[in-house]
Amino acid sequence: MALSFFRGIQSRPFLLYPSGFFPRKHALFYCTMKSTQTQIATHEKQEPQLKVSTQSKRLDKISKDFEAVIGIETHVQLSTITKAFCSCAYNYGSQPNTTVCPICMGLPGALPVLNSKVIKFAVKLGLALNCKLSLNSKFDRKQYFYPDLPKGYQISQFDVPIATGGFIDLDLPVEYGGGHRRFGITRVHMEEDAGKLLHTGNGSYSEVDLNRAGVPLLEIVSEPDMRTGIEAAEYAAELQRLVRFLGVSNGNMQEGSLRCDVNVSVRPIGQLEFGTKVEVKNLNSFSAISRAIDFEISRQVLLHNEGESNQIVQETRLWDEGAQKTVTMRKKEGLADYRYFPEPDLPEVILGNEYIDGIRDSLPELPEMKRRRYEQMGLSMQDVIFLANDINVADFFDATIAKGADVKLAANWIMGDIAAYMKNEKLSVNEIKLTPQELAELIASIKGGTISGKIGKEILFELMAKGGTVKGLITEKDLVQIVDPVEIQKMVDKVIAENPKQLEQYRGGKTKLQGYFAGQVMKLSKGKANPGLLNKILLEKLNAKS
Amino acid sequence: MFSSVHNPRFLLLHYRWPNLHCPPKPHLQTTAVKALHISQTLTLSSTPTSSPPSQILTIRESLLSRRTTAVELAADYLNRLRRTEPHLKSFLHVSDTVLKEAEEIDQRIQRNEELGPLAGVLVAVKDNICTADMPSTAGSRILEGYRPPFDATAVRKLKESGAIVVGKTNLDEFGMGSTTEGSAYQVTANPWDLSRVPGGSSGGSAAAVSARQCVVSLGSDTGGSVRQPASFCGVVGLKPTYGRVSRYGLVAYASSLDVIGCVGSSVADTGIILHTISGHDRFDATSSKLHVPDFTSQFISKDLLESKPLKGLRVGVIRETLDDGVDPEVISLVRGAASHLEELGCIVTEVSLPSFSLGLPAYYILASSESSSNLSRYDGVRYGNQVVADEINSLYGDSRAKGFGSEVKMRILMGTYALSAGYYDAYYKRAQQVNVNLAGLPALVLPCGFVEGGSTCLPVGFQMIGAAFDEEKLLKVGHIFEQTLQGCSFVPPLVADDFTC
Ligand SMILES: [Zn+2]
Repeated sequence: MALSFFRGIQSRPFLLYPSGFFPRKHALFYCTMKSTQTQIATHEKQEPQLKVSTQSKRLDKISKDFEAVIGIETHVQLSTITKAFCSCAYNYGSQPNTTVCPICMGLPGALPVLNSKVIKFAVKLGLALNCKLSLNSKFDRKQYFYPDLPKGYQISQFDVPIATGGFIDLDLPVEYGGGHRRFGITRVHMEEDAGKLLHTGNGSYSEVDLNRAGVPLLEIVSEPDMRTGIEAAEYAAELQRLVRFLGVSNGNMQEGSLRCDVNVSVRPIGQLEFGTKVEVKNLNSFSAISRAIDFEISRQVLLHNEGESNQIVQETRLWDEGAQKTVTMRKKEGLADYRYFPEPDLPEVILGNEYIDGIRDSLPELPEMKRRRYEQMGLSMQDVIFLANDINVADFFDATIAKGADVKLAANWIMGDIAAYMKNEKLSVNEIKLTPQELAELIASIKGGTISGKIGKEILFELMAKGGTVKGLITEKDLVQIVDPVEIQKMVDKVIAENPKQLEQYRGGKTKLQGYFAGQVMKLSKGKANPGLLNKILLEKLNAKS
Repeated sequence: MFSSVHNPRFLLLHYRWPNLHCPPKPHLQTTAVKALHISQTLTLSSTPTSSPPSQILTIRESLLSRRTTAVELAADYLNRLRRTEPHLKSFLHVSDTVLKEAEEIDQRIQRNEELGPLAGVLVAVKDNICTADMPSTAGSRILEGYRPPFDATAVRKLKESGAIVVGKTNLDEFGMGSTTEGSAYQVTANPWDLSRVPGGSSGGSAAAVSARQCVVSLGSDTGGSVRQPASFCGVVGLKPTYGRVSRYGLVAYASSLDVIGCVGSSVADTGIILHTISGHDRFDATSSKLHVPDFTSQFISKDLLESKPLKGLRVGVIRETLDDGVDPEVISLVRGAASHLEELGCIVTEVSLPSFSLGLPAYYILASSESSSNLSRYDGVRYGNQVVADEINSLYGDSRAKGFGSEVKMRILMGTYALSAGYYDAYYKRAQQVNVNLAGLPALVLPCGFVEGGSTCLPVGFQMIGAAFDEEKLLKVGHIFEQTLQGCSFVPPLVADDFTC
């Protein structure tokens, strides 16, 4: 995940994290044409820098004695065409109360009817999270009063969620020390979203927008398996990848399609029971998750160290992005009683084994499977994580190597020039004109010596911007590399003959001028001369005793 | 198996909560009675009887033969409605487009266009069933002036069949009650004795049919709300199997028990209405996909009846329904009805349902629990009466305090309590385990005789419960029973003069 936003490959430009972990560094990676290896080196060099923050320093000091315990509740908004219980569409950003009907407005006499896609998506995610599916689950009503909740209850699942007891695998980014992690999934359940309150300018009243009311959600509850902010952010990022790979949600945090609430507690190392947990909300990016948790850990540890651990109370805190700290939202006064009971308007949810098997068989290759496959192909973990981050990029890569392209070269091109171009032009991999077929062709043309790497790069930009074929461009622009020694020799001779002064200086010991001659020959060949041959012949000629 | 039981609502009297108001009007069944001459009712006679014909079929026949017009018919009903309504108060709203709609039907007849099966039939709709062009208040202040943007599926089907909705009938607020005194707007009188209640909660629908203010009506039944007022008013009440009729547009009281039912002056009419409104509805996930038979196809004309038309049909009389506390004259009428069935060939045996007494408390727990949830949406935010307040909790509190009546408030409190943490297992869960299967089964209430009620005769009904989704058999038995019942005309004196069937 971390890598992905450094390089900016995302299927949608607005998914870039404007306030990513360290936005200052972004520009570094796009201005040059370095190979992947160079980029990795850059990352590694920066690593110490990344960790330098007052928070982290403080954490380092105290984390020896304490351990944080982190669990996450994630709400994923499903990208079904219609809402969970009515035929209204949901489009983010619509005018308030324009996608509503008697059912999602909770009018008297209206009844919910379940959109079967919600079950399908829940089963997909349940399987992808390695969960046990409940063949017999049901909906329940969760009751509370709030103006954005039109029926006075939320249709949810209480004691029998559709999926339980799974896990998620992920690879931590190399710059955070790398490593594979498996975090437990407690449960996945289906529910409906509430509307939104719009607060008026003077704050004297609020307005209710019910467009979002009744939009289907999956709530995913993790086991308290995470120990650091980075682990939690990576968990969320892997969930985002998963829902996007599965096509069940756009996973967009800014729009609220993926919302994470984290529970954080600390305990002295060695202690078995958990400390008092604090819930943190308003986390609108992965970096916010990471930083909010790190802040919360240090806050709690500090209270422990100052002998004020009783100041850690069960409460909900908000992450204040501006102040970079968490602030109390509300203290919990006993447990809320939601008076759950089975939803009488909806029949039970019964899953057949055939139905489940059908969905299982149609699951796409998931991020974890992709990473393991790429790893086996011999790619570095950096490459693996980068390529498997975005399903469209991964598909592009897979299609390129399916056309016979060299694995490592394909990875380098995609992670280097192509990623940089997409970032600059704010395009997704699906929006550039380059096809995997032509990228494979390009790689083959360079490898086979038809064109030079430099010309390849020029063609690449043309292909990305305008499309066309490698072969077509080579013919059209007469770009075939000159590999005929006789022809190159002719050009070398011509350049030497036209530059007697420089030749004299060269032979007088100013050997640096070789570059000047090479440049002139390359210019004469319109960049088509094979550089190896050119230099070999040029050296022979320059050093020849005349 | 058929069981002839006393209406469960009658048992209400013995299971009321201590702080419930005492009905100011005496209930029909607690009054002294004049026993019907039972032997009269048992003989299958070939002499002409007063068995009620289907008004719907009569109307259709007279329209198609052009003996009368839809406008004349409608005017006839409207005149009677206007004359009786000041006494009865069965309607919360009367449509002002009835004659216009009737005119359109007459025009169709003139143009020889096809007529819907219910063309020209005036239907009254209980006010907790949504109608797009009329207020739908559920008898509650909190929905005063509320006009839904859609028709309930049952109403839509009636309209599509040509029926004319004459108005919205009174009820106990949200259907919670059994006298119709729980309406926030008015008290409806019993057409047989204006000093008495019509029963409830569908009291308006039953009184309107009884007084011939309409041909048929829709009610709703959660724990007897169609059956008991039908019995009180001397009309036929049909509670279909749960799931037979879509609940879409029925203002929810207890979702797992609520059923839209039909009230008519004959078994045939209730059967025709049921057929019209039945069937799967994609807007109600609990509506059944089972085939809907033509309930009236098995009706046999009296002239063609064999001597034992119900030969071999097993009927159980539930002993617990005829226990202490039920008026002895009512008991004897119900036993008379059972004997009548025996005469028709049924094998009648008395059966015992020991868990019967648990049914009512279980019903109250489930119904109030669900109602506490269903009524959460009346918060004053989106529709209905809002009490303006400075902050949201006062807006909620004041709107609900002002909008709900005391019976509704009590059920919300009870239900909220029953669902609360720590009490859920003791109440809601235990209530669920009680065999309240009776709630989902279809039932037909038929008038079976009269008891003396002071200055006037009062009708008594008996209830037959059938197997799930076998309304067909219930209606067939009811139809035969009705045709062979002698010497009873269930048109109240109030309108007997100007109504000839
Ligand atoms: Zn809707």
